[in-house]
Formats: sequence, C-alpha cells, structure tokens
Amino acid sequence: MNLAHTSLRQLAAALRAKTLSSRELAQSYLDRIARMDPQLNSFITLDAPRTLAAADAADVRIAQGDTGPLTGIPIAHKDIFCANGWLTTCGSKMLSNFVAPYDAHVIEQFHAAGSPLLGKTNMDEFAMGSSNETSYFGPVKNPWDLAAVPGGSSGGSAAAVAARLTPAATGTDTGGSIRQPASLCGISGIKPTYGRVSRYGMIAYASSLDQGGVLAPSAEDLALVLNTMVGFDARDSTCLERPAEDFTAGLDKPLAGLRIGLPREYFSDGVSADVANAIEAALKEYERLGATRVDISLPNTKLSVPVYYVLAPAEASSNLSRFDGVRYGYRAKDYGDLTDLYERSRAEGFGPEVKRRILTGTYVLSKGYYDAYYLQAQRVRRLILDDFQQAFTRCDVIMGPSSPTVAFNIGEKTSDPIQMYLSDIFTISVNLAGLPGLSIPVGFGAQQRPVGLQLIGDYFSEAHLLNIAHQYQQATDWHAQSPALAKA
Amino acid sequence: MSLSDSDLARLARLARLRLDPAAGDALKSQLTGILHLIEELQAVDTQGIEPLAQSPHLQLRLREDRVTETDRRADFQAIAPQVENGLYLVPRVVE
Repeated sequence: MNLAHTSLRQLAAALRAKTLSSRELAQSYLDRIARMDPQLNSFITLDAPRTLAAADAADVRIAQGDTGPLTGIPIAHKDIFCANGWLTTCGSKMLSNFVAPYDAHVIEQFHAAGSPLLGKTNMDEFAMGSSNETSYFGPVKNPWDLAAVPGGSSGGSAAAVAARLTPAATGTDTGGSIRQPASLCGISGIKPTYGRVSRYGMIAYASSLDQGGVLAPSAEDLALVLNTMVGFDARDSTCLERPAEDFTAGLDKPLAGLRIGLPREYFSDGVSADVANAIEAALKEYERLGATRVDISLPNTKLSVPVYYVLAPAEASSNLSRFDGVRYGYRAKDYGDLTDLYERSRAEGFGPEVKRRILTGTYVLSKGYYDAYYLQAQRVRRLILDDFQQAFTRCDVIMGPSSPTVAFNIGEKTSDPIQMYLSDIFTISVNLAGLPGLSIPVGFGAQQRPVGLQLIGDYFSEAHLLNIAHQYQQATDWHAQSPALAKA
Repeated sequence: MSLSDSDLARLARLARLRLDPAAGDALKSQLTGILHLIEELQAVDTQGIEPLAQSPHLQLRLREDRVTETDRRADFQAIAPQVENGLYLVPRVVE
C-alpha cells in the first residue's frame, strides 16, 4: 500500500482492519515532510512527538473499537487555527512567538474525531495574499513547478496536499484562499456556505467573509473531512445551527438533467486560452454525464474586486487593532511612551501587505469617506448577491475557471498589488454573497501547470457540489495525478 | 484622487503604524492605486439599494448574559510580553 497515494476512505478501512496503525501512518507522513518539505516550505511548525502521541492515542481508540471515519488519520492545519500548546503564527512576525492557549472549534472537532494534528501549514500573512509570498516564514513553492507560486492564502495547505505530505489539510477562504490555491496546485478544495464552520479560534481577517474549509486530492476526501469540520458552536455568533448532514451520502447520484449555469463574464477575454481550453473540455465531460449548459450573466462580477478591497480591509483594520504589543505577540524592543509602543510594535510586527490593507481600511472607514466608500461597497455587495439569486432560478450550479490563469511565477506580481488582487476575480464574489464554492482539477495549461474548475452552489448545497465534483472525478483522473516530486 | 504626505501621516496615526519614511513614496503610490481601484464603485447607481453587511441566510443569535468562561489569567499572561502581579505592564501613562 502506497500510503501517500491512498484515499481517506481506504486509509480509514486499513486502520479499522488494523493492517495499518495510526503511528505508522503519521510517521510515514512525517518522514515524507522531512524529506520533501525543505524544497517547498509548506509547513511552519512540526512537532513530531506530539503528533505521534496523538497517533498512539488514536490507536488505543481503534483497539477499543471507538472508530470514526477520521480516527487515526493525521491532518495538517492552516496556521490560522489556534491549537492549544502549538505555535500559531498566522504567517506573521506579529505572532511568531504566540503559543495558543486554547483550541479553535475546528481543532476541537478533529481532536474529538481522533485525527492527529500533523503540523501547521504556511500561509500568507494574516491570510492576506494570493501567492503565499507575504508569509513572514518565506514563500511556499508549487510542487508542480518550483518556480511557480502555490496560490494563497492557504498556499502551504495546498502545496502540502499536492505533494502528498498530508492526506488533507484545512484552510480558510475570505476571497478565494482555498479555491485559488487548490486550482493552482491541482487539487480539490471547498469553501462551505458562510456560517457552516465556526470561526472561534480562527484568527480573524474579514469576519463577514472568512470561512473555514478543506483541501484534499478528491471530492470524496473533502466530504469526509467536512463531515468532521462542520458543526454548531455557540461561541461564533454567525455559526449556523442546522441538523447534522452527511456530505458523503449523495456522492453517487447521477447527474442527468443537471443545469450548469455559465456566466458570460467568466468566459471573457480576461481568461487565458490554456485555462479556457481545459474548462471547455471539462464542460464537455459534464455534458457526457448528462448535464446541459445554461447561458447566464453575473453582470457585477467586475465590481466584486473593488467591493472586496473596501470591505475586507475595513474589517481587517478593525480586527487587527487587537495586536498592540501588550497582551500577546510581538513587542518592539525600543519604545518611548504607550503610543510609541503600539506604533513601533505594529510597524515591526506587520509586513507590507498587511499594512497596506490596514491603511486602506482605515481610509474607507474614516470620517467623510465612510458613506462614499464603505456604505457604497455594501450596496454594490447586495447587487452582486442579487445577480447570484437571479442566476440560481435558471440553473443548479454555476461553473467557470477558479482563476483566470495557471500559477504565475514567484516574484511576478509582488511589486504590483492590484495585479495580484485581480487574480481572485472569479472567487471573491462567492464570499461577498456567502455562497459555497468548490474547485477541482480539470487538466493542465501553460508549462504543465494545473487548471481548476470552480463550482458555485446556492446556500447549503455543499452535498450537491461534492456530488457534482465526485461524478466528474469518477469519469476522469485529473484528481489522481500528482507532481513528479510527490512520487519520489 | 492621490494621497498627500499629510493624508498618509494621518492614516498612519489613526492606524497606530509608524511608517518608515524611506518606504513612503512607494506606499503612497500603491495606496493611490488601490484607491483608484475602489473608486470604480462611485460610478455605480445604487439609488434605493439597502447596504448588505452580511449574507441574508444568517440569523444572529443572542445568548443569556451570564459568565461562561473560567479564570485562565495565568495561562493568558504566560504569553504576554511583560506582566507583574497579574497586571500587563506598559510605559507609564500617568505621572
């Protein structure tokens, strides 16, 4: 059994049959990480003794017959989730010394399921970035091509899954931070409906948009992990109280009669030809599976980027005001009075992209600009939502590219923030509307870099999106392909 | 619109960020670029449109006003830059 290339369902079966122990599995992944991650930089923190102790505890549970679908399966977590006793940096110098004193709800869910924490993955600083180049801990490289970015902000999670350094990883998505790196790294990734996953202990960037989710090779893997991750938590006032749902239950339903909405705006000149070709081939495959195409329009798509770059920085400037050098995190070495302590700690602790967003947010919320920028952006946010609601009267799912291009080169967009922002044009609107979105690999474009297809559903349609993705993956094998590096 | 030096200084003060004077010009031009991007919104007719702060499927919950947390002061202060006798230390504010 080649452990690194085995699905979660098969790993769980082997653990239950006791042909494999959780310790063996965890050790095999730790060995792969030790061997391959120096090239990728996808992890910020590893703690092998702690991971193996959790694996031993899982083996005890399995011996007692106390087994769930993820018991004994190690999973890597984005370094935005607080994990008690683990360094939790959020990719920032500001939290480079922060050992979390409590678990995020998401981490509690995995503990309860008996899934050992494999390590904390690299990310853009405070989840602000689309290339993983803003991390204080250095950029992550794309396992398909070490000259390329893995996408961001969940770039470490995406690269680790693509290189098969973890069976699955958690991520968060505020404007595309799960779907875009999943696309660029040739794996599957899901951002659930806003409110499905508790934000308790998930370090806040833009609270009305942030949502936890999963990255893994296949849609079936995503469904299994999402089953553990989703759950009501009273400590997050936006977390939704809903009956438990098994996201794997409907995976096998046939797709005959499925109406796929194709927004004109997602198939414009802005999409590079290699991406457009791979998407078209995927749509043909869906037609073979019984789906039909519906021409739709999301006319305000272009405005989603400016709306996002008002609302997200506004929320960020407020959320990040908590980092003051007093209660936890980085404090400047030299300072005069209290204001100087704040200003120097924040100036030294935050990187350039975080500062740009804090300053932008401060601007749009300041007196005289609030109505013109912040409220106007919230009005346009409603127009974007209305576009989707209109579209879902005519189709069951919306499809298009996750990203307008394949992965760009490391360093290519770092000097031009606006170009970087525009790479999220197809993902941002989904967060603004609070809808679920999923990206699956559908082929390769220029320089053999992966292309991702985005699936957008109506509220709470995760199970259906996973079904639609799984049926495609039953008919194709893009999701089973891994980079040469992962086969070593 | 483009940002002046005094605009930038005011924003930095409001955000409690000490800016590196050497980085000022580059930062100013990047922020001006971002402001140009978000200015596109001014051209949109939103007459009669209600601002949307959050997805419409959410219902914000209220909870009973009672203490649910346990006292974990020692754990939380163990990770603070400077504490003494259970207090967080900062530069003297009152002489």
